Amino acid sequence: MLETSSKANGLNITGSVRLVHEVGMHARPAVKLTKLAKKFKAHISIRASDAAEWTNAKSVAKVMALRAARDSIIEIKATGEDAEAAVAALVNLVAADFPDSGP
Amino acid sequence: MNMQARILQQVYRGRTASIGFARGPFVRIAAAPNGKRAAGAPDDERRAIRAALDFAGHQLSSLASAVGGEGSQILEFQLALLEDDDFLDPVFAAMEAGTPADAAWTSAFDEQIAEYNSASDEYLRARSSDLVDLRDRVLRALRGADELPQLPSGAVLCAEDLPPSQFLEIDWSSGGGVALLRGSPTSHVALLARARGIPMVVQLGALADGAQTALLDGERATLEIDPGVEQIENFEKRRERHRKSRAAAHAILRRPAALWGGERVRLLINIQSAEDLDHTDAQYADGVGLMRTEFLLGQQAGLPDEETQYQAYSAVLRWADKRPVTIRTFDAGGDKPVPGFTETGEANPFLGVRGLRLCLARLDVFTVQLRALARAAIHGNLKVMFPMVTSPDELETARTIFKGVVDGLQAGRVAAALPELGIMVEVPAAALTIERFKASFYSIGSNDLAQYVTACDRSNGALSKLSDPLQPAVLDLISRTAQYGKRAGVNVSLWAR
Repeated sequence: MLETSSKANGLNITGSVRLVHEVGMHARPAVKLTKLAKKFKAHISIRASDAAEWTNAKSVAKVMALRAARDSIIEIKATGEDAEAAVAALVNLVAADFPDSGP
Repeated sequence: MNMQARILQQVYRGRTASIGFARGPFVRIAAAPNGKRAAGAPDDERRAIRAALDFAGHQLSSLASAVGGEGSQILEFQLALLEDDDFLDPVFAAMEAGTPADAAWTSAFDEQIAEYNSASDEYLRARSSDLVDLRDRVLRALRGADELPQLPSGAVLCAEDLPPSQFLEIDWSSGGGVALLRGSPTSHVALLARARGIPMVVQLGALADGAQTALLDGERATLEIDPGVEQIENFEKRRERHRKSRAAAHAILRRPAALWGGERVRLLINIQSAEDLDHTDAQYADGVGLMRTEFLLGQQAGLPDEETQYQAYSAVLRWADKRPVTIRTFDAGGDKPVPGFTETGEANPFLGVRGLRLCLARLDVFTVQLRALARAAIHGNLKVMFPMVTSPDELETARTIFKGVVDGLQAGRVAAALPELGIMVEVPAAALTIERFKASFYSIGSNDLAQYVTACDRSNGALSKLSDPLQPAVLDLISRTAQYGKRAGVNVSLWAR
């Protein structure tokens, strides 16, 4: 499900992945995603399906507000020292459909 | 029993959120904390809200670790909000500008709650009660309000709505039930009630005050308050019947790939929405035998649009993968009135414009549903079933309309397919002339069939003996249909509540 690999874009690291979760980006997936994002120092943004605005991937309220449906493409962008690891971890989390024992 | 006592006994009807039975003391609890608090200086207010947030956080984490599993995952969302700076910043900003802590806290939520409530996605709308839960928990801490009263064991708890965290704080080990005036079958608290096997009926509307005892029937979705001896007896009979059929169903469920007389028995489940598939038993299923679609009606202002319906149907088809999914078109009318859709003022709605009759009379509504179904059909093995079919003409008219819808979509380059079409056999006229119906499958609805064959209102307890679905006349029609199906190679299924 991992669609494209991360690429260095100046200081921005980006990755994208298809959301396979049954009910889309809802409470449980959003909680898992933000919890994982908060483990990184990087500034991490997220958007769904080519939305104009990027939003803070560490805010559960904002991630829920994406209202990303199943099969939408989730893009993740990070800047900062551990940006690459952050994007890789988050893309994996979405691709693996938010497993209970998260990374 | 004197007249006055009779008048006081009341039966309220709602919607089932969790099946089961509860009989016990009736306890009414207030929905939201009230009472005002005096605001202090901005510094004091900041300290007050920090303390309230910490307190709520501690309460939630200890509750989460005590309940574990599904319950704790639900609370995780609330805990995450408490640690969400983007969410909390506006609250502190408002307080900086002089707004008291409780007002700032409430207004941050009201905006979010309104946003969730306006969502087209039913799942997201149901999440607004989690927000209300968190809002009120912090407000209680802020105002120093009392915690929930101690509940007597086995109580039928009644509230406007019940937040999930309150449900989890209650000790349900000795049974009990929940009767909600509002609420939703797709809320987190309904999910918890189903997981715990606690009966829950929602959307009961307004109730009379001052009741002492109650009977809650999660199967019929009724609440009877201050019941008489006769009502209690009937209730216990229904409870016993339910217990027996549950036990039988469980015995079958645990036996995978059952072989009876050399034939593989296929287990199909009945669902209301995609969320029902989260139920642990769903994985055993060979498919979805019946997906009702009435839940889509009456969820929001107006009737559901094509996209909402398409999302609901395709979610189930994708879950089922290659397994068959039977979706029944709107079966409104009769005892299921829908404002803006069903006829009003019918003298006898059970014999009125209901089921397919209503859909054919309201093509504006019906074609929207057929478009959504035709689009969803490409995602799996869909079968569509029409309810309350009386004459073969109705089936053929519906088929023609459906074909027209598919052609129209394909002409507009929208992927669509015509699914297999079947009928519900619940009108005696259909059962008696079953060979005239050119359907891919027949599904016998034994409850309605029994009601129409025996001329007994199925909700009238005084007639329960006469309207037994195992009545010889009913069995005769069932076997007629089954035998014709076998001869003609048409699949026949039987379902009963």
